[in-house]
Amino acid sequence: MNEHHITLPEGSIEKHTTTLNLGPTHPATHGVFQNIMELDGERVVSSEQTVGYIHRAFEKIAERRPLYQITPLTDRLNYCSSPINNMGWHLTCEKLLGVKTPKRVDYLRVIIMELSRIADHLICNSIVGVDSGAFTGFLYVMQYRELIYEIFEEVCGSRLTTNIGRIGGFERNFSNTAFTKLEKFLKEYPVALGELESLLKRNRIFMERTIGGGPISAERALNYGFTGPNLRAAGVDYDVRVHSPYSSYEDFEFTIPVGTTGDNYDRFLVRQEEMWQSMHIIRQAYQKIQAFKGEEAEVYHANVPEYYLPKKEDVYTKMEALIWHFKIIMGEVDMPKGEVYHSVEGGNGELGFYLISDGGRSPFRLHFRRPCFIYYQAYPEMVKGSMLSDAILTMSSLNLIAGEMDA
Amino acid sequence: MAITNEYIQQKLTEKFGDAVYNFEENYGMLSFETLKENNLKVMQYLHDEPTLSFTFLTDLCGVNYPDNKDRELAVVYHMHNLQENVRIRFKVFASIANPDIFTASKLFAAADWMERETYDFFGVNFVGHPNLKRILNVDEMDYFPLRKEYPLEDQTRIDKDDEMFGRG
Repeated sequence: MNEHHITLPEGSIEKHTTTLNLGPTHPATHGVFQNIMELDGERVVSSEQTVGYIHRAFEKIAERRPLYQITPLTDRLNYCSSPINNMGWHLTCEKLLGVKTPKRVDYLRVIIMELSRIADHLICNSIVGVDSGAFTGFLYVMQYRELIYEIFEEVCGSRLTTNIGRIGGFERNFSNTAFTKLEKFLKEYPVALGELESLLKRNRIFMERTIGGGPISAERALNYGFTGPNLRAAGVDYDVRVHSPYSSYEDFEFTIPVGTTGDNYDRFLVRQEEMWQSMHIIRQAYQKIQAFKGEEAEVYHANVPEYYLPKKEDVYTKMEALIWHFKIIMGEVDMPKGEVYHSVEGGNGELGFYLISDGGRSPFRLHFRRPCFIYYQAYPEMVKGSMLSDAILTMSSLNLIAGEMDA
Repeated sequence: MAITNEYIQQKLTEKFGDAVYNFEENYGMLSFETLKENNLKVMQYLHDEPTLSFTFLTDLCGVNYPDNKDRELAVVYHMHNLQENVRIRFKVFASIANPDIFTASKLFAAADWMERETYDFFGVNFVGHPNLKRILNVDEMDYFPLRKEYPLEDQTRIDKDDEMFGRG
């Protein structure tokens, strides 16, 4: 110690750790949630999360809404892949109402769901790239997310919060433009995805940054209720699409990638491989759709007039259709009594809908099982002892979506 | 061999007798009720019994049944046997005057936040929970909004000042 060394005043307590307030609105959190971190130098000693900044009381609002008015609420859960949420909700309703959908509808749904899974994983993986210092990949693949959104736009009219589909199928048949765009996507996207992969996968800097960061063992991941890519990265091959197939997923050939250590690199690899598998599924579904001939090739919804909104042209010109439209929109058709739990494989994991109906126009209780909300609580355990910059990377590789967390 | 709902029911009745009741099968999923003192014992048994091994807690949420006298609040557990791919649901009830239910957060780390959420919205007091405070709502809130006694805003109300929303 020399004369230049700063000495603390007599009697003051020397504090060894720094408290850092990360969030609620911080560029690195990619969403509205707060982390209060206790740092020793650059190492994370402990952290505590605060969520709920964009809580919108969906579960309460849903208790007054008829089924169709709940679909736009589900859009706003995981808004990176809203079509999956919409369809998960419609599938839940169909399970409750006992609606059987035609095969062509199932395959069209599979195409849309896999496209949104790609959009979801694309964001997550390219953001992991951004947070580790590689901005190029992110901007480069965005144009393919744009292409996916154009397909959604062609099918339902909107892009991000899609409100896509109806109970029993789709609001309209896919147009030729939609299929042309899908073909374009199928042709061009693998090239871009391959380039993103070659940019990061064996990149020394990226590997050094991600390998060993934010690991979680399979046991802990299961105990924490992990699902989806994050659980698979830890080495558990649980996928709702395979375990409890919905929307005819059993007709498709695909593999479920698993990791071993559950670290950031494994999560990246699992998501990357899932995108390839999604492409594989979309190709198969598109083939199956092209195989339909004659009348079957025009089917885009099930025959359930009590729950399926009539065509707009008919609503404007025919009395019967207008009455049904009104009845469905105002929730005049009562649901059957029952309790149903249905889950789909969302972008982040098992997205579940627990619906209790007492036979009225709207649910008695609706609960969303939001995968993000459940696995975010493991974050302190995953980042304890790691560097702050790796903790940021862990946060983005978990793919935390504030909308889903807060419901 | 896949375990059937009958088998699960039989195992549970063997072990707990009258303490598990109201077995139902809704859309293929076995559901039952148990006494609120027994929730952890049932959960532990479902988890540990090698032929059942429900090792995954899928979901935990609350429900408010205002018409059930002394059983107004329910906590619903969804558990999953991942190997056999069997799901199960069970409920415990508590009165709204005395909403104490044992916490499952020692068995499943996943239950921690889900119980906080249930406390936040229904006021279920999870006995033994390490950090039972509000999670999605503000800390200053003094009611439990998902209980049925708190209605949604009246859609026909006219006392709102529309000028605030640029519609004046």
